Amino acid sequence: MKELTDSQVVEMLRQVSKAVIANVDVLTDADLATGDGDHGIGMRRGFEAALEVLVPGLSVQDAFKKTGMAIMSKTGGAAGAVFGTFFRGGASAFADAQTLDAARFANFLALSAQAVSKRGGVEEGAKTMVDAVMPAARAVGAEASDDLLAVFTAAERGALEGVEASKPMIATTGKARSLGERSIGHPDPGAISVSIILGAMKSYAASL
Amino acid sequence: MAKVPKKILNDPRNVVTEMLDGLALANDGRVERLDGKDILIRTDLPDSKVTLLIGGGSGHEPIFHGFVGQNMGDAAACGQVFAAPSPDTIMDAAMAAHRGKGILFLYGNYAGDNMNFDIAAELLEEEEGIDVRTVRVNDDVAAAPPERADDRRGIAGDIYAIKVAGGAAEECDTLDEVERIARKAVGNLRSMGVAVAAGSIPETGKLTFELADDEIEIGMGAHGEAGIAKQKIASADDVADQIMEKILDDMPLGKGDEIALMINNLGATTMMEMLIVNRRVRQILADRGTIVHRTDVGTFLTVQEMAGFSITVMKLDDELKHYLDLPARSVGLSNM
Repeated sequence: MKELTDSQVVEMLRQVSKAVIANVDVLTDADLATGDGDHGIGMRRGFEAALEVLVPGLSVQDAFKKTGMAIMSKTGGAAGAVFGTFFRGGASAFADAQTLDAARFANFLALSAQAVSKRGGVEEGAKTMVDAVMPAARAVGAEASDDLLAVFTAAERGALEGVEASKPMIATTGKARSLGERSIGHPDPGAISVSIILGAMKSYAASL
Repeated sequence: MAKVPKKILNDPRNVVTEMLDGLALANDGRVERLDGKDILIRTDLPDSKVTLLIGGGSGHEPIFHGFVGQNMGDAAACGQVFAAPSPDTIMDAAMAAHRGKGILFLYGNYAGDNMNFDIAAELLEEEEGIDVRTVRVNDDVAAAPPERADDRRGIAGDIYAIKVAGGAAEECDTLDEVERIARKAVGNLRSMGVAVAAGSIPETGKLTFELADDEIEIGMGAHGEAGIAKQKIASADDVADQIMEKILDDMPLGKGDEIALMINNLGATTMMEMLIVNRRVRQILADRGTIVHRTDVGTFLTVQEMAGFSITVMKLDDELKHYLDLPARSVGLSNM
């Protein structure tokens, strides 16, 4: 498969939202290990709001933009700002595009990774969702394929490697920062969310 | 087996909105909730003034939304429990409270609050042309060493910062002046807390951290962020000594220095314990010849049913004293 139509993109983002909502307990438990345990319920609020705006008729760019705006409006906390930025920050990659193809998706992920890093003021290694987004973007770049399933598969793999890589990191930002060395051994909950989002994109493409 | 904390609630997903309705009503008309949004705003806002906008995650009542009123915040943007408000909420609150002379954002220094308030500030400046300044409270000396003070969290020092900035925003004519005074207040604030037992988030029903029955954690943050070290439970005097040592290392106080002193209940600690701590703190300060201009012992910033307390010291000069002492009435700061 080389491309998704605009209505397929809307459906894919709906599946992404449902996947995040279905994982609320996984995210709560992950956040309780290093934070205060509100990541799951925050993400659920945001992606429930995204489901309300993801309606047929949206362009590819608007589908990503509106998802990001809904998340930013309704999630709150650091998660709302960074995951809202994740969907919005790279949406310009789809400007005037009728479809989502591998090259545009790679561009989206690269732009989003930069936007999230800038908004949070963090680079890789701080034990945040950036540690999943960056390797996902790199994996997509390295895949250099025009097959969407291969690209989404690479993105999820990069994110999952980022989740693993975040375990030995010492958190240097957010509420986990105060744990210092006690944060070692736990994956970052935001990184897990990134892997769920990209994994749901892969599952959608695989189902077509 | 972890015990599920007991709370008397309706639907746990509606705690913030139901709490805000109740809070607005408890202000007897001085404050209202804005159009069903998670925003509280004064009903007696003058036509022209510098605006003080405060806010942050809910679940820490009475802060922040309990400190809206004359000589305090003009409006509060409220997030979900322990989560920063969204840029939309902050912008709506700012637009409703703006009275033509610019807006000071004053809130606790947390990654989530910083990002959401920054996004709102950028949009307000770009789209509305409103002058927005930001002052972040970073009073928790346990959170980072002095050379990384920008990494420190805001805890109960928020209340004194709001009180000073609120007074300044009432009396001063320019945003520059209000910002200057707010920065001075924040620079003179130091706090530290101790956790005795955890609180829980209503919607998850889970405790935010674990402490053994015979353990306390000195320096723990307002969301259960790790403190300096877990230790065996100790006496009130010993805990007060440990906290005051850190505070005084960070901001030396000597003979003739004047301060405001707050002993804040994190939720479930008895007034008796806090008064016993206050006694010890006053002994320490008296030994140094430090003058306590004002004492506030009470419940100002909580972490749900977390047990423990925090000690806050603000070094005063005549200007800070003036604004701190301006009269104010709200649910958070009764003057009965």
